[in-house]
Amino acid sequence: MSSDVLSTAVVDAELPLDDPRALAALSLIWREARLLDAKRYEEWDTLWAEGGEYVIPIDPETTDFAGSLNLVYDDDRMRRMRIERLTGGFSISATAAARTVRTVSRFTVAARDESEDSIEIASAQIVVGYKRGETFVLAADLTHRVTFTADGPRIVRKVVRLINSEDAVTASGFLL
Amino acid sequence: MTVSPETPDLAALVKDDRVAGTLYTGPELFELEMDRIFHRTWVWVAHESEIAKAGDFKTAWIGRRPVIVSRDRRGGINVLLNRCRHRGASVCDVPKGNGNGFTCPYHAWSYALDGTLRGIPYPEGYENVTEKKDLPLQRLKVGTYAGMIFASFNDEIEPLEDFLGGARLWIDRFMKQGAGFPIKVQGEHKFRFQGNWKIQLENTTDWYHFPIVHRSWMSSVDAETASMLSIMTDESAVTHALGNGHSVSVSVAEHVDLDVDDGTEKLQDRFGHVIEELSKDLPPERVRRIVRSLHGAGFNLNLFPNVAMSMSFFRVLRPISVAETEIRHVALGLDGGPEIVNRERLRIHEHFQGPFGFGSPDDAEAWNRVQRGVTGGVDMPILVNRGLGREKPNDLGQPTSHATDETGMREAYAMWKRMMTDVK
Repeated sequence: MSSDVLSTAVVDAELPLDDPRALAALSLIWREARLLDAKRYEEWDTLWAEGGEYVIPIDPETTDFAGSLNLVYDDDRMRRMRIERLTGGFSISATAAARTVRTVSRFTVAARDESEDSIEIASAQIVVGYKRGETFVLAADLTHRVTFTADGPRIVRKVVRLINSEDAVTASGFLL
Repeated sequence: MTVSPETPDLAALVKDDRVAGTLYTGPELFELEMDRIFHRTWVWVAHESEIAKAGDFKTAWIGRRPVIVSRDRRGGINVLLNRCRHRGASVCDVPKGNGNGFTCPYHAWSYALDGTLRGIPYPEGYENVTEKKDLPLQRLKVGTYAGMIFASFNDEIEPLEDFLGGARLWIDRFMKQGAGFPIKVQGEHKFRFQGNWKIQLENTTDWYHFPIVHRSWMSSVDAETASMLSIMTDESAVTHALGNGHSVSVSVAEHVDLDVDDGTEKLQDRFGHVIEELSKDLPPERVRRIVRSLHGAGFNLNLFPNVAMSMSFFRVLRPISVAETEIRHVALGLDGGPEIVNRERLRIHEHFQGPFGFGSPDDAEAWNRVQRGVTGGVDMPILVNRGLGREKPNDLGQPTSHATDETGMREAYAMWKRMMTDVK
């Protein structure tokens, strides 16, 4: 199961509001957004399935993340080290992190895989950040692949495609 | 606007052990720097792998002037001002690509890859007025060394090899991380900080900040990598001033010349999966040569004024304004080399570099704070005196001190002073 945020199929997809799995995935994505704004990274980590992949690519077209240079390409180990860095108190940029408020919306079910019991949700994310007198905006297309486990829905893969990924990206001490 | 002298006594701003705070904050000084440094000397614009094939091009900057770097049909490298000769529009608006030439979007004047003006629509209006041959895109002087492409607006500039001088040996050594393969560009991270370009220029040979600013990165890597960069207590970690503003700072002495291997170094455990994969096809000595090079060369080479060859990547700076600078960290790989090696290098690059890396955001935070602090106390000098008491010439006569000392900054500022006061 794979999809491209820019593909016609994704743009034309819909969000069936009577689909409990889609609504459970949305609830998870919104919870994730709140945790990231609150910088509650240890709790954010619990939203992930084992083997989860967190990617902020540079190339807007690529799906070969392993073969490309990315802004973020985390497996479980890198994601946990990232959390340690952001919460450990030894990073001057994390200590002086920008405050953020984000909205995630424009949801569609981009793909579903009944055999693997997973669903892929495409959405738009607008992050407004503030640091030292400057307010800035970062916009991105998101895809979340969410799997349904005995413990509830978990993120298997999250891809954040910033609209300015190929230009200078300035971010300080927060996650997308 | 920051206070700065109307007619600054430029020579007085740079002393052997300190520079004036206005060097970071004076808008007039910034304008002079564009004219007297960036528009007069050799400025790095590309690596040859970025324009490998005929028709390949990329855009770049020399100071604040946009340029195009292109490979023409005869294999020649051209650096052209990105400005139509008619009414001034930029003729190329994408960061890179492949094509037959450049067509201005305004009136469709079209130029060949070497800048020759090929076509003007409705040319009858120009009869007895102008000749196409007189209006090519402005061509810059081009020089290449070891795949590094430099350009200059100054037709009288000294040969590139002379300008690089003592840095050439270190460029040659840097390229040895290819382990027999040519080096290629694998992508880049790009970010900006709110500070003067010289704050970044200083940073490349500043190992003093490393264990402090990059503590969170150090604690996230394996013990062997952290130990490899225990520079504060390593007497073999030295900085040399190489002349013409260039300097080099050694961090891992045993990786200065990657062709030299006494066999005592243990390959890092973190590369176990790479060693296993390479060993399927390659003899042990080839595997060892490639894996020893995975962290890049054991030094940071700073080339005045805009590029550094920093262990395993290029750092390119672009001055935007007196208080804003764009940085690109260019990831490198082995052209035709094993895929697992190039992927490992991408992961190492992502771990430290870029706006979400474990290193760059902390650098940017420190540099932003420098600009804010200096703006608040512009009459106080910036100190670059660390290690002056222990700096001695090496056997090539190059001022040499510990890698945590500010020998490289003193060399860069000596060149700054020379160029800024050399008024023709």
